[in-house]
Amino acid sequence: MSRVLNDLRQDLSRARSYFGHVFLHLQKDLRLEWRSRDSVVGMLFFALLVVIIFSLAFDPTAAISRQIAGGILWVALLFASFTALNQSWTREQRNRVLEAHRMSPASPSALFLGKALANLIFVSFVELILAPLFLIFYNLHALGEGWKMLIVMPLGTWALVCNGTFFAAMGLRTRNRELLLPLILVPISLPALMGMMQATTAILTGEFDPGLWIRLLIAYNIAFTTVCLLLFDAVLCAE
Amino acid sequence: MRRSHIFGFIALVWFLLTLTAIVYATRLALFVAPTEATMGNVQRIFYYHVPSSMLSLIFPYVNLVASIFYLVLRRRDPLRALTADALALAAAEVTVVYSSISLLTGMLWGRAVWGIWWTWDARLTSMLLLWLLYVSYLMLRKLSATGQSQTLAAVLSVFAAIDVPIVFMSIRWWRGQHPSPVFGGGADTGIDPSMMPAFGWNVLAWAMWGVFLLVFRFALERRRQASEQDAALIAIEASLEIAQ
Repeated sequence: MSRVLNDLRQDLSRARSYFGHVFLHLQKDLRLEWRSRDSVVGMLFFALLVVIIFSLAFDPTAAISRQIAGGILWVALLFASFTALNQSWTREQRNRVLEAHRMSPASPSALFLGKALANLIFVSFVELILAPLFLIFYNLHALGEGWKMLIVMPLGTWALVCNGTFFAAMGLRTRNRELLLPLILVPISLPALMGMMQATTAILTGEFDPGLWIRLLIAYNIAFTTVCLLLFDAVLCAE
Repeated sequence: MRRSHIFGFIALVWFLLTLTAIVYATRLALFVAPTEATMGNVQRIFYYHVPSSMLSLIFPYVNLVASIFYLVLRRRDPLRALTADALALAAAEVTVVYSSISLLTGMLWGRAVWGIWWTWDARLTSMLLLWLLYVSYLMLRKLSATGQSQTLAAVLSVFAAIDVPIVFMSIRWWRGQHPSPVFGGGADTGIDPSMMPAFGWNVLAWAMWGVFLLVFRFALERRRQASEQDAALIAIEASLEIAQ
């Protein structure tokens, strides 16, 4: 009995130190971003440009914009997140910090999780600012249950950011880093993109139920978060 | 030396058997099998479209299993891991070939029967995604840094294996344009028994051709690996000579 308790206590302390590492990485990334603010500002302006260009190109009426806005919103966020995801790992290369991470006894997946959470915060921040502008440029008001966007947005953002952080780490030591990320991330994220776009369109038009697509996003997130955590070790120490 | 002779002989016999099977299967498909009732001669593309679609769903499993072997063995037994990696690469390339054929013949058939080249139906979308994933797999191998590309590609292969079922399930919920499964879909499905030999022979012939391509590409990649290792060894020896 005392052995079981002892094991339990050990597991608990290990979990606490794991989440402590995740929190440290998150804190470090947030602090770095707070000091420079370049990736959030870059991402925000890029997404804004994409939204404006689509609005300019199609000049949609209210009925059409309800049909296409879901797709445009996520395409803008997808393109914008490419810029931030690449930068988030480039930071670790200065002064060979990445080599230090590889040598440290802390679990590599804690590094991944901390960085993915930081990226989630950055992209969510961009969404918060972008959403009102989006409503203005596309004359939108949701005909479905608008509050469900509060479920779709975080789920969709996590789906983008989790795989994106993982694949950005893959291209870390290659010459064509900027090129490689979209080439891998878009095919893998296709089901998630479909889920986000369909769920958003369902909410905006109110024509069908987004529940199915929200469930798809949840399943996608659970499956890929698990695989990312399990395989990050192999990517960080790929040689 | 003798071993490679035996392998070469087996490969030659296999190649000739494959060619014979392809010729016989083509004769059955184009001249012997009965003309289909509603679609007419257009339906004969079925004998190429369905086997290549079936095979393009089998080779990804070879790629996945080889990739998992690579990930498990890469620290413990690097030389054997390289063999697994060569097999994974060969399987990925054959997958791209067969899924391209499946997509192209499917488009031709769709244009003739449905009147459209493309539609976002469940099977079409998942086949296109399979094609995209394996093209991106080959791109990753080409673009990533030397020494890393095997591990990264193996990781991507695991991701692809999870992605395809999710896509397939998610788009099944939409209504489909593609006919429901021809085989094993219930009492009403299946083809006329007189079409069966042509279909069976085509599956066999194209499977043999796929295996031939797979083994040929595997052997080629093994030779490339061996020559790379020789070059590395020569470089190391040369650097030692300078040091002396």
